[in-house]
Amino acid sequence: MIPPSFDYEAPASLEEAIAILGKNPEAKILAGGQSLIALMKLRLASPAVLVDINRIEGLGYIKEEDGWLRIGAMTRESDLDTSDLVREKYPLLADTTRVIADPLVRNLSTLGGNLAHADPANDHPATMLAYGAELVATGPKGERIIPVGDFFTGPFETSLAQDEILTEIRIPSPNGSSGGAYQKLERKVGDFATAAVAAQVKLGEKGVVEQVGIGLTNVGLTPIKATAAEESLQGKEANEAAISEAAQLASEAAEPEADPRGSVEFKRALVKTLTHRAIKTAVGRAQGGK
Amino acid sequence: MATQYIGKRLKRNEDPRLLTGQALFVDDVNLPGMLHVAFLRSPYAHARLNSVDTSKARQREGVVAVYAARDLGDYWCNGPLLVSPPPVEGTVFNERTQPILVMDTVRHLGEPIAAVVAESRYLAEDALTDILVDYEVLPAVVDLEAALEDGSPRVHEDVGSNVAAHLVQTIGDYEKAKKSAHTVIARRFVYDHGTAAALENRGVVAEWDAHSQRLTVWDTTQAPNPIRIGLASMLGLSENQLRVIAPFIGGGFGPKIMMFYPEEMLIPWVAIQLGRPVKWIEDRSENFVATTQERSQIHQAEIALTEDGKILGVHDVFLHDSGAYDPYGLTVPLNSQCTLLGPYKIPNYYSEFTAVFTNKTLVTPYRGAGRQHGVFVIERLLDLAAKELGIELPEIRRRNFIPPDEFPYDNKIIYQDFTNLVYDSGDYEPSLDRALEMIGYDEFVNQIQPQARSEGRTVGIGIVAYVEGTGIGPYEGARVQVQQSGRVSVATGIGTQGQGHFTSYAQIVAEQLQVDIDKIDLVTGDTDQFHWGTGTFASRGAVVAGNAINEAAKDVRAKVLKAASDELEVAEEDLELAEGEVRVIGAPSRSISLGELAAKANPLRGAVKPGTEPGLEATNYFGPERGATSNGVHAMIVELDPETMMVEIQKFVVVHDCGRVINPMIVDGQIHGGVAQGIGNAFYEQLIFDENGQLLNGSFMDYLLPTALDVPNVSVGHEETLSPLNPLGTKGAGEAGAIPVGPLFAQALEDALQLDGLEILEIPLSPSLLWELVQEAKGN
Amino acid sequence: MSNHHIRVTVNGDVQEADVDARLLLVHFIREDLNLTGTHIGCDTSHCGACTVLVNGTAIKSCTYFAVQADGAEVSTVEGLAQNGDLHPIQEGFREMHGLQCGFCTPGMMIASIALLEQNPNPTEDEIRWGISGNLCRCTGYINIVKAVQYAAEKMQE
Repeated sequence: MIPPSFDYEAPASLEEAIAILGKNPEAKILAGGQSLIALMKLRLASPAVLVDINRIEGLGYIKEEDGWLRIGAMTRESDLDTSDLVREKYPLLADTTRVIADPLVRNLSTLGGNLAHADPANDHPATMLAYGAELVATGPKGERIIPVGDFFTGPFETSLAQDEILTEIRIPSPNGSSGGAYQKLERKVGDFATAAVAAQVKLGEKGVVEQVGIGLTNVGLTPIKATAAEESLQGKEANEAAISEAAQLASEAAEPEADPRGSVEFKRALVKTLTHRAIKTAVGRAQGGK
Repeated sequence: MATQYIGKRLKRNEDPRLLTGQALFVDDVNLPGMLHVAFLRSPYAHARLNSVDTSKARQREGVVAVYAARDLGDYWCNGPLLVSPPPVEGTVFNERTQPILVMDTVRHLGEPIAAVVAESRYLAEDALTDILVDYEVLPAVVDLEAALEDGSPRVHEDVGSNVAAHLVQTIGDYEKAKKSAHTVIARRFVYDHGTAAALENRGVVAEWDAHSQRLTVWDTTQAPNPIRIGLASMLGLSENQLRVIAPFIGGGFGPKIMMFYPEEMLIPWVAIQLGRPVKWIEDRSENFVATTQERSQIHQAEIALTEDGKILGVHDVFLHDSGAYDPYGLTVPLNSQCTLLGPYKIPNYYSEFTAVFTNKTLVTPYRGAGRQHGVFVIERLLDLAAKELGIELPEIRRRNFIPPDEFPYDNKIIYQDFTNLVYDSGDYEPSLDRALEMIGYDEFVNQIQPQARSEGRTVGIGIVAYVEGTGIGPYEGARVQVQQSGRVSVATGIGTQGQGHFTSYAQIVAEQLQVDIDKIDLVTGDTDQFHWGTGTFASRGAVVAGNAINEAAKDVRAKVLKAASDELEVAEEDLELAEGEVRVIGAPSRSISLGELAAKANPLRGAVKPGTEPGLEATNYFGPERGATSNGVHAMIVELDPETMMVEIQKFVVVHDCGRVINPMIVDGQIHGGVAQGIGNAFYEQLIFDENGQLLNGSFMDYLLPTALDVPNVSVGHEETLSPLNPLGTKGAGEAGAIPVGPLFAQALEDALQLDGLEILEIPLSPSLLWELVQEAKGN
Repeated sequence: MSNHHIRVTVNGDVQEADVDARLLLVHFIREDLNLTGTHIGCDTSHCGACTVLVNGTAIKSCTYFAVQADGAEVSTVEGLAQNGDLHPIQEGFREMHGLQCGFCTPGMMIASIALLEQNPNPTEDEIRWGISGNLCRCTGYINIVKAVQYAAEKMQE
């Protein structure tokens, strides 16, 4: 359980960190470390250089600005969990952060790390898909905005360049009756999701769905945006029949693999159930419930 | 008889050290000049080892030595056979034991190929990547049934098949009994038990002192004395040149009673070779493949009953996964065979098992030690029979209980201690009644469940019973001594892995000598302090060591009374012990403290009467003629989410009878912990091997241990049917919590789902497995 | 090997050392500082036996490099008792039989302290949630919950 050797840098500024990444094609960022160090201990990852960005000030924050919730990439999961702002206005995000790993790991894990690591089993990616989030990457040429739909390119792969650091995540601030929910089947705390579903809705008049985002976790090589399910619900009243139809379409959009946690059929059935529950809860919250 | 100390919930003596980080575990041993070992382990389950080239590793800076099998010269060996096959006629047993390092053939994933000794574990692990090994991968034997087919690859070439053992035991004549049966139920059952996953992994530290010619070994073993004797023999040392210390152990649960693991045999030898202390600490990934575990049995079982549900007989043929070697004999399948009989009168029994070699890690006892498998079969058979006969599930059990006036009850088959399986005492109905009351059975079935169902909730109840053979021999010993300070010291050969020995044993001594337990110092697991004993296993510590301690303490008490009688010039029957003194009854101011008596009993000068032993000390031993049988009933109410198949336990009750309870707080704790492991076994934990013998989930990421959110509060009720086999009347309690949880889950979930055609015949379960079973039953 | 000089305050004492970048904090604590109360139970950051406080935050020290703790304050089980008096959490574990083998206990207590710091009056569910990152194989958690409840009450006095 001993990691292989590496060179260690702890830059004080973003520019310095980016420069180190640029000079060392085998360098990796050390943020929370809860995924990376674990892999290194099993000798499944051996970066030649670790760039510890924990000492760079100003990378962790949660604030609303100009119609967006802006979260610094180094914001710890535990800070998201205890944020009143997140709990009250961004319940999908609050639900998600709460079911990542366990309380101790959440003290160190970062939102940025969860997204940049891009493990198909990670929870935030589907949530960001449901939110239609924007990701901000900073590189040698400055900032670049990446729509979340373009971010996840494969298992453990993102569209970040080697010398880019994810620095901010932006979620559109709710306007009107909005609500969201994350439903995860984990056999126990700390387990990977057998399947999980993120749903975010905005309701218009008469309970008609104006906007809807549905993301699926760990039922494909990347997080899945259940587009057909979204389209089926868009513009309809969020009644039982419409939600059921969307849940069915979401289950068809899933591409799960059979493994000890379940067969393909079971995982699809789970996606259907969890989508149903996530949408129902999201709608309930949009209407002022919990 | 009212007791002062026995039966009381006294706080533990061992806690202050453990709570302040001052307790020594093996990995805490830190010696000057100490070297660290990392093992290169086979990544294949079955392979020929063509060559091992350690030259590059030896050259790495910081590496002091590298050993492969051929570097050990004459010291290379296979481990000893620990448990012979039982004296059952016709038994086939093919003895094959694990090598100290693989010589020619790898037989399971993780078998040790080479050991790197370096200045730090960090450097040692780096050097592992330098070792070049040429493996010729061979097809692996994984599936039990396939292993017995013609043409299957063989785990041991020189055994004509993959049969490790074959054994039949019978009572009466099942075939004859079956002829008069009203109902016969036959099913195939698969029960898979898992890995103990004690939080502390194994470790060995050895230090050879050339000046004093003494070897000290710290070992996470449950059996320090046998280790000492065995190592002395292997290393060519005199036994008293060797000290084995099993300090605080972070959980045993069985796999640490497996002895002469490769690392245990190698590390002490390396320490002698290099003349420097050597430490090896297992990491968790190693533990999953290198530490013994339990695995599956496949049973084809049948029960024959009368119309009113009385058992006429049981017929069971099963396969048992042994793993690659069988040094521990047939303890686990024998336990399955015996424990199947349970608390029931089963007048005719045919039980046949084949232990099968597979290319997997060794199977040796893990809390329950095969009892789980037997209990699953009989409890499920009774449930199925009850449904067919229209009898309530608790009732069919009640009708078959051995009545209290038939004890001692001889089942007439051989148990793991090689004596007849005789139940010493028991009274089963009160346990059942108490459990039914505590779980609120009638109210649940008649009101709560129907109400919940009308609300669309899926809830169910289960109740199961079992008998557990405990407290077996051969023996344990202890030495008790009153010191001049008035403190009492106790030494015993058994070790401690969290069961509270420092406290419960002190309570036994306290009762005899009337000294508070915080004035009683215990040493366990140090062969320099006490060098006889066999170890902690089979729930025997309190029974066997406890009684040995009791006998020694009684002997000391006798010496105390005699010495006080001489000193105070009062007849012994006019004296009593209280609060660390001996007092004249009725005139308590005439007294003498135990410490003073101890001082007088060990004079520096003068003459003593011939035949006198110095001091107030006694050594004694206890070896029961057979094991004592505890029993219990577990009951549980669950709620199931029928779409996700996630289970929530709403209520869990254990009624347990382990005879006289020394410290109820400690026994309750043991039951809580056992239940937690039972829940893990029933719904979370399963070792998953692929067809190549690769372990797919060898880490806590994928082998799921229950957390605080998964284990409910457990209500424990105690019944007390004393054992006639030992003066304290105690029976064992260590494994009880873990044993019947599998069939309990199966029964409760079937009850919750109420689905025709749904039969849960395998453990462990999981949300996905439940879902598949439900789909199958629904005909999807 | 990349050597780094670190300065860490452990249980109030300043410790300075030159360490390899890859040295895990738990090894630094156990081997360099000889504080062996913090234990190692797994390789994948699941068991929590290695839990310590770094700047008041409970973390798993097996998944953290010693170099990351440069300049930080670290608290381990050895620092809990003050002047021979047990910390309320230690007292609670003793009173309620919250430990059996004791191997998970130091990490479990540190996690409990962090939980009570944030939530001085937790419900039973909140306690179970708060210690869900710490595995115990002996107690079934039942008495651990009672121990934390005991400590919560004591600390509010």
